[in-house]
This record gives sequence, structure tokens and C-alpha cells, in this order.
Amino acid sequence: MKIAVPIKFVPDLVEELSIDASGAALDTSWLRLIINEFDDHAIEQAILLKERGGAEVTVICAEGDGVDDILFTAAAKGADRLVKLTGADANTMNSHAAARVLADLFKEIQPDLILTGVQAHNDLDGSIGPLLAEYLGMPYVGYVAGVTAASGSVVIRKEYPGGIIAEMDVILPAVLGIQAAEQPPRYVAYSKINQVSKTVKIEERAVAGLDSNGGATVSRMFQPEPAQRAEIIDGSPEEVADRMVGIFKELGVL
Amino acid sequence: MSQDIFVLVEHLRGGVADISFVMLAAARTLAQTSGGHVVAVLLGKDAQKLAANLAADKVLYADHAALTEFTSEAWQLTLAKLIEEQSPRAMLFGHTTIGADVAGVLSAKLSLPLVSSCVNFTSDGKFVSQTCGGKIMAEGELPSPTALVTMIPGGYKAEQGQVAQAPMIESFAPPALDNLRVALKKYVEPEAGDVDIAKESFLISVGRGIQNKDNIELADELAAATGGTVCASRPVVDQGWLPTSRLVGKSGKRVKPKIYLALGISGAPEHVEGMGESDVIVAVNTDPNAPIFNVAKYGATLDLLDLVPRLTEKVKQAKGG
Repeated sequence: MKIAVPIKFVPDLVEELSIDASGAALDTSWLRLIINEFDDHAIEQAILLKERGGAEVTVICAEGDGVDDILFTAAAKGADRLVKLTGADANTMNSHAAARVLADLFKEIQPDLILTGVQAHNDLDGSIGPLLAEYLGMPYVGYVAGVTAASGSVVIRKEYPGGIIAEMDVILPAVLGIQAAEQPPRYVAYSKINQVSKTVKIEERAVAGLDSNGGATVSRMFQPEPAQRAEIIDGSPEEVADRMVGIFKELGVL
Repeated sequence: MSQDIFVLVEHLRGGVADISFVMLAAARTLAQTSGGHVVAVLLGKDAQKLAANLAADKVLYADHAALTEFTSEAWQLTLAKLIEEQSPRAMLFGHTTIGADVAGVLSAKLSLPLVSSCVNFTSDGKFVSQTCGGKIMAEGELPSPTALVTMIPGGYKAEQGQVAQAPMIESFAPPALDNLRVALKKYVEPEAGDVDIAKESFLISVGRGIQNKDNIELADELAAATGGTVCASRPVVDQGWLPTSRLVGKSGKRVKPKIYLALGISGAPEHVEGMGESDVIVAVNTDPNAPIFNVAKYGATLDLLDLVPRLTEKVKQAKGG
């Protein structure tokens, strides 16, 4: 089975985010980008499927700072092929544009199964999974937290609110939006990544002419203005703990 | 082409999901700007009764065995036909395990624009969406001709989308639903046996800020001292540090305790969806810009690892003395 995992980089939310001079976009000049965490789970799920039943796993990402390291990390975990899309600024590529680029690539690679993160926190025009599925004429199921390969199909576990799981049969080829792999993304030692980086090659694929149609134009970005922001309790841990005990008592829960 | 606002009614095993009512309330705002009607779209099998309290001007209903329960393929094929025939001004979907599975497919299939994670519409009909985990809002004109919009809760109350009088139901024919590639086999209930966090009044919830599995013990000790119960946000459960039965949020439990102590939780929309209605939220997070402080009543910007052991001690003293 051929499995493809398109991944993307997103702003690290631990960092402070600011809005650029246009007032309608993030200021990307100092932005630190990290792998979308759901994509990390998609890689893990692909590797698990490979370990259980054999598969060729291809991981694809648009170029950018830190992308080579993440691709080599995927190879150290067990990915077979690494593809980097060049000539496209990942910061300006929306999901529709990315899905069109990936659809072209996948028409060549012809994967049986495409696993991608169910969403990314900056998908203002939706996540790539369902778009990609439709461009390729494949079925899509998202919020998947478990995949078992069968003959010509997969059995997936789809999450619903309240901890309810739906088991579904999905005929291949198909695209799945991964919410969580069956186990946490594995850790690989840096020495192993370093070693892999000397033997595995990243294939480069030039992208030209992005088509971003399908998204909405943002005219203004702003920080949320909550009706009521939390009253911040200042002081040392001792003082904050004292105040919290007072709050618990007031609420009658102690 | 009409100015109507369509809403996909989400339901699971015979119950209408709250987000459907939230969307009907949102659609009412939007319909006032567009000058159209609010139309609820219901797919199912013998499911007319689910239309009973939808606050819509009418309900468009498709009845077919393949639509009984949600599967992405049968539902999107049916919706694609409807949207093509009726060309509403907008169609609203939950940004959920149902809505987000079909909205993107429809955008690609029908070449219609998609707006994700919308919280509310302004009085002049602009969308306002959350992005970057709730840290940034994005506003813009609702794209034409038919905007497909996925919505997250928070902007409207479910009660605003409910009425006592059942709306008029008009049937429409689904397309041929043969040779489907996605089939529901069965539902699996959550594992029983563990405590039901939805019934607890004091929840101590841990997020990414707890850093590692060993530190869960700090929350356990605080829970033992207070009589509270430990629960968690997604990253902690994904790491396997706590079982899924303790997960709060979109795909976990929705909780409404008297007090929700959020430790090292940023407050992404998916989490807030599950705990935003708690009586009192107390948040501890080192990032002063964390969205959790927008829903919390009290907050502290300390490292939870410094605070929690002291808090446990103080609680013990308060109870002992």
C-alpha cells in the first residue's frame, strides 16, 4: 500500500502573534513556524500502518525554515520518501491552493491512502483533507483516531462528541483527516535523524502558479476583545495559592 | 440564486446537536442582512420529528436509508445537488465532526468559497472567524455567490435557535445514493467504569503546561486535597497520560462544573467548546495572551509547577484548620 502524508507548518502559538501593517494578516517576519500537531499524528498513523502491514510512506511539505529537519525526522521514524515543494511561499498558500498543488502531485504518485491532519489552527478556508479528496475524486472522512487496513479498504474510528466512536468502512483510495494516531507520535533521537539526513534524499518539486480561489478575503484581523477578561491574581505562588483557596471557599467547594 | 441562508441540521443517533440551533440563530442575523429566509436542511430516514423545534422559516427534508446516520459521502452528494439547484446566499455547517467533513468537499466540488471557524456575523453581514487557536480574529465580506461557512459555538445561544412551533417541512429528493464508498458499521460507546467528569462539580483540568506524565501526580494530589476530579485537554489525552474518559472539549465531554481550574491550558476553541459554560473558571498559564483568560473569571500567569504544590498544601491547611 502506498500512503502519502502531506504536512504543513503553522505559527507556534506559544509565541506572541502580531498583525502586520495592512491590518489584515499576521506579521510573518518574526513568526516561528512548527509542524501542525495533527500532521505529526498523521505521520505516526502512517508509520503504524507500515509496521503492521507494510507500506511505502511518502511525506510532503512546502519548503520553509525547519522543514528539512521535520522531513528527516519522518524518515527516521520510518517514512520512505520525502518530497519538498519549492517555489511556493507556505505563508501565503491557503488550503485550496495547497490542495490543488498536492492533487497534481498525487495524480502521479497514486497513493492508496492519504493521511493528513484533520485541521490546522490557521485554516481560514477549511482544512486541506476534504478539498484534496474532492480534487482527486476520493472519499473523505475526518476526525479519525484509528485506522486498520483491510483488503481494498480501511476500517476507521471516527470521533464524535461525548467519546462516542463511529466505526466506518472506507473504500480505497481515500483521504483521511487524522485527529489522533493510535499512539502518541514517537520520539526519535537526534543522532538517528542526523544519520538519516546523510542517506535519505529530499526530492524537490517546483510549484508554479498557485490558484487560491475558494477562500475568503480577510479585510481585518484583530485580537479578540472579550466581554470580560479574567481578573489576574498577582503575587508569589504562595500569595496566589492563598487567594485561590479564598475563592474555593467563597464558592463553597472546599 | 436566492438570498436564503441554509443551515445543515446536525444529528447523531436521534438527537439534534446544539450547534444546529446556534447556527439557526446565526442564520437569522444573516438573513436580516441578505433579505432572505432561514432554511433548515435535514437529512435522515423517518427523521421529520427532528424538525420539531428548529427556528427556521422552513425545513427542506431528504429521506433516504443511506442518510439515516451521518456518513460524509451520502450527505455531501445530497447537499451538492440541493445547493446546485437552490443557490442559497450561504450555507452554514458546524465546524464539527459532521459539518467539517462535508463543507470542504462541497467547496471543491461546486467551486464555492469556504469560510472556516466563524463565530458570528456582524450586523452588516461580515463573517468573524477565530484563527490561531483563538488568539486572532479575522473579519471579511461574506464571499459570493454561495458562501459555505463552518461555525464554532460562542457567538449565539442555542435557545435563540429553538422554537415551540414546528416549522413547515418541504421534501426534496436526494440523488441516487448507490455504490457508496463510506459506510457506517457501528457506534462504539465510551468505556464505562471511570468517573463521569460531566457530573463532577470541581474539575482540575490539565493541559500541555503539565509537561510530562509524572507531573499529573501534582494534579492528582490537588484533587485528593480538594475532593475534585482530574480531567484534561486534548494534548494530554493524546499523549496517553490520562484516559479518553477524562477528555474535555469538542470530541470529549462537555462539562459545567461549579469550578473549573484550568492548569496549563491555552484555551483553544475546541477546548472552550467543552467547558466554556462552567460556573467559574480559574486559569493558570504562563502566557498572558492565552485565550483561556478570555473565558476565565480569575487567572494567574505563574508556572503551574510552582503553584500547584503550594495550592495543595494551602487547601490541606484550610481543611484541617
